[in-house]
Amino acid sequence: MSCAIEAAGLSFRFPNGRAALNGIDLRAEHGERIAVLGPNGAGKTTLMMHLNGLMSGSGRLEVAGLRVGPETLHELRRRVGLVFQDPDDQLFMPTVQEDVAFGPLNLGLDRAEVHRRVAESLAAVRMEHAAERAPYQLSMGERRRVAIATVLAMRPALLVLDEPSANLDPRARRELLEVLAAVEHTMLVTTHDLPLAAELCERAVILADGRIVADGPCRELLADHSLLAAHDLELPAGFDLERVEPRGRPAAVGAAA
Amino acid sequence: MTALCNHTLELTGPAGDPASPIHRLDPRSKVVGLVAVTLVAVSASVAAWPVWAGCAAVLAAVATAARVPIGAIWRRARFVLPLVLLVALFVPFARSGGREYVLGPLVAHEEGLQTFAAVAAKALIGTLSAVLLAATTPFPAVLRGLEALRLPRLLVMIAAFMYRYLFVIVEEVGRMRAALAARAYRPRTALHAGALGRVATATFLRTHSRGERVYRAMLARGYRGRMPRLAPLVLSRADVLFVSLVLAALLPLRVVA
Repeated sequence: MSCAIEAAGLSFRFPNGRAALNGIDLRAEHGERIAVLGPNGAGKTTLMMHLNGLMSGSGRLEVAGLRVGPETLHELRRRVGLVFQDPDDQLFMPTVQEDVAFGPLNLGLDRAEVHRRVAESLAAVRMEHAAERAPYQLSMGERRRVAIATVLAMRPALLVLDEPSANLDPRARRELLEVLAAVEHTMLVTTHDLPLAAELCERAVILADGRIVADGPCRELLADHSLLAAHDLELPAGFDLERVEPRGRPAAVGAAA
Repeated sequence: MTALCNHTLELTGPAGDPASPIHRLDPRSKVVGLVAVTLVAVSASVAAWPVWAGCAAVLAAVATAARVPIGAIWRRARFVLPLVLLVALFVPFARSGGREYVLGPLVAHEEGLQTFAAVAAKALIGTLSAVLLAATTPFPAVLRGLEALRLPRLLVMIAAFMYRYLFVIVEEVGRMRAALAARAYRPRTALHAGALGRVATATFLRTHSRGERVYRAMLARGYRGRMPRLAPLVLSRADVLFVSLVLAALLPLRVVA
């Protein structure tokens, strides 16, 4: 069976010569939730862009059973849902409903199916009531949830989220966490929010200078204070890892895709 | 900043009774009908008062049917009209012919005054048509109408993105202005204006990189050069009736006058 992500020796340089990815080796199975941790500039976002073919470096990369390359791009974008850090970048249509419909319509689905998916995805992020509203009328937390709905509507095999809890107040963060915990997708979450990672993901990788420097069970990595400190990561003061109740591993949905 | 957005919204969003027969028309028929009113008025010769009266009557009928209050029309029109009239204000003094009226150092001519009156009438009718279109049709619907009427797709898309991101950009500029003010920036001489230049530069750079990010987000959801549409536009009998009524009222007048 294919796996969700298989990267071998993946490297990428920006046009100005700076190396963003320096030989990434990563394998993710269907149904896993993986946190990608690392300081700013470690290459998290660049890695995320590669998973959807928005950037292409050297090395081997297979995502959701597809070899990433120009000929697989369209199918790849159906199978991999990217949720960007700034929801204002992602929500570009005049209304929430049209925005959620953008992806499914690009897939060439018929209108009845598109409407069904819009309703279903907005319900999954608890935003059914906002279908007719404009994105700028929503709060940051609501925008983030709608942004997630826009990719859920494409029924991806893999969901990739970039800093999903950035700029959220505690309540919006809590609501987002509940929504994400209920989503049964293979998930790759890049974040600085270590408590979020502890609660949501069973596995974590630490990225530093474009390399994966640690890969293991999320709790073990987060309990290793010297490892965290070496890569400019830290748990909030007084945070007790033992008291976090991890969310259960979701059913391996998407494995069939 | 929200105050500014709300203010802007109040002046551009729909007004009147959203359930009125005019509001429910297809955007295409409203664009065609109201542009026709403007064209008839503008193409008439210098003293075509019956034609302009006819146009005004049609506009009054549309406003009444849509239950748009006069106050709302006036609040919107007064932003546009002075600009248009300012240009025409010089005509009575520049154009000679007919009787002369001496106003202090200035001399106004009769023919010039007639031209001014004609220009003012045309400007008023054009402005009111546009205001009524905006008051009875949400902006995204106007754009869809224009697209369906074969306006170049690229222009329509530019307008759509401008509308979507105007608020975001205004907010960014507002934050930068607040940051300047918070550090006691009070421009007193032209030399101090340099900081504003840098705000403009920063705004341009941010907007540019946002454009790139938005485009990436579009590609990530399978965009292939064409904006998909959720609901097709449908012309109903009311639309045909509306356009025919407008044309039936104005064309004979225009041809005769």
